[in-house]
Amino acid sequence: MRMLTGQTRPTSGTITVLDHSIATESKQARARMGVVPQIDNLDTELTAEQNLTMFAALYRVPRKERPEAVNRALDIAHLHDRRDSKVSELSGGMKRRLLVARGLVHNPELVLLDEPTVGLDPQVRQELWSLIDALRTQGTTILMSTHYIEEAERLADDVAVVSHGRIVARGTPHSLREAHVGTRATEFYASPSRLAELERIAQDAGLATRRTGPSITVLRSENADTSLLDSLGEGVHRKANLEDVFVLLTGEGLQ
Amino acid sequence: MTASRTSRRYEWATFEGVWHRQFTLFRRYWLSSTTSSVIQPIIYLLAFGLGVGTLVETVDGISYVEFVGTGSVATAVLFASAFPGMFNTYVQRVFQRTYDALLAAPISVDELTLAEGSWIAAKAGFYGTFPLVVTFFFGLTPTWGMLLVPLFGFVTGLGFAFFGMWVSGIIKNIEQTSYVTAIVLTPLFLVAGTFFPISNLPPGLQVAAQFNPLYHCVELVRAASFGWDMPQDVYHFAVLLVFAVMTWLLATYQLRKKLVE
Repeated sequence: MRMLTGQTRPTSGTITVLDHSIATESKQARARMGVVPQIDNLDTELTAEQNLTMFAALYRVPRKERPEAVNRALDIAHLHDRRDSKVSELSGGMKRRLLVARGLVHNPELVLLDEPTVGLDPQVRQELWSLIDALRTQGTTILMSTHYIEEAERLADDVAVVSHGRIVARGTPHSLREAHVGTRATEFYASPSRLAELERIAQDAGLATRRTGPSITVLRSENADTSLLDSLGEGVHRKANLEDVFVLLTGEGLQ
Repeated sequence: MTASRTSRRYEWATFEGVWHRQFTLFRRYWLSSTTSSVIQPIIYLLAFGLGVGTLVETVDGISYVEFVGTGSVATAVLFASAFPGMFNTYVQRVFQRTYDALLAAPISVDELTLAEGSWIAAKAGFYGTFPLVVTFFFGLTPTWGMLLVPLFGFVTGLGFAFFGMWVSGIIKNIEQTSYVTAIVLTPLFLVAGTFFPISNLPPGLQVAAQFNPLYHCVELVRAASFGWDMPQDVYHFAVLLVFAVMTWLLATYQLRKKLVE
């Protein structure tokens, strides 16, 4: 993410963003990009409105257009009634929304979202998701990084699975599921020692599995022999998801 | 088309943006920083001017209160520039990470350094006039030449703001600023001719004082208040300019290293 804004230099290769080479024209590229960082680096002693006006100036929004730009950003982030609140008085979710608003104040063509919902509770996360979806519907290009696979599954049109700095698969959530894990997964709950045994039986039968905490998940269970599944015990069927793809492609071990 | 393809290194719009931000921040804390800038020279004048003043009546034909009052301009400038340079820059870079947000905008590290340094220097030039104003109440006569004092404060402030910013990019943690304060800033501030004339020092220290930018600032403020001494005063000003350019280059180099990985 930092390489796209020229804040980290690539060790090799070249980067072009919106037709601007980052090596020579990073400023022009940055003027057309909005960045929402993972860490909250708002000016906490200032109000929401002051934070936005400041960045409208930094992103060269002409002085006369700044109030309008700030209003628009406050609208998008649903923070109108908080415009005069100091950042230190805002909740975690509001701060995150203000960060998003700050990244949008100059109406960028491309928005970089770095782990937008990390550490947020489900209600707030949901709220941010609908905000991101609204942007996407408007036609803004969004590049988002996330460890939270459900987020990518719900929001992304195009997903790249990155492992050790390399893209190992890319496509729509649907096509990735289709290509790697099929449509149905079945989870079997058992004691830890029994889990290892189940895993071996399934793998011996040529089925892909993954550990899911207290259970193991048999992937592509729609193709599996019913008698084989029965021999594994009582399974819970569910839809295959992008997380299955991610774990399958990047390995079971901790990265 | 070709002109728009190359980024100009310093663009006016960037400075406007960075100063706008600092001005917004300043509007929140102006009262505390202004109050301390008024109180500090008053304390110096009371402690040294009236205290030591009972032992020493005049120095070089100037009343001791006026000697210290004009000299403390440099002290005020130092405090208003070196400390913000060190602390504000470190805090914004490391603790608040606000520089990360600024540099994601169309701003280069070089522009950020110059814009932040010049903002601090402008404040230092402004606060530097306070001791002079306070000394008016102790009998100092205003002169036209004093209108140049904000400029002297600004140039001295540039040098020390950039010095502080350079230091902020070298130190490993904020506690290390105390080394710089104890080893560098305190001696500079004491041996600048503020509280006693340099000519009273041993010859070695007199030579050393020539390398102290604060000494040159003190001399210029006294010249503006009590009479110019050419070409000596041009030399003092030139030293301050050289100091500002040197620390500017150092700060830019160091912050580039720290802010772009």
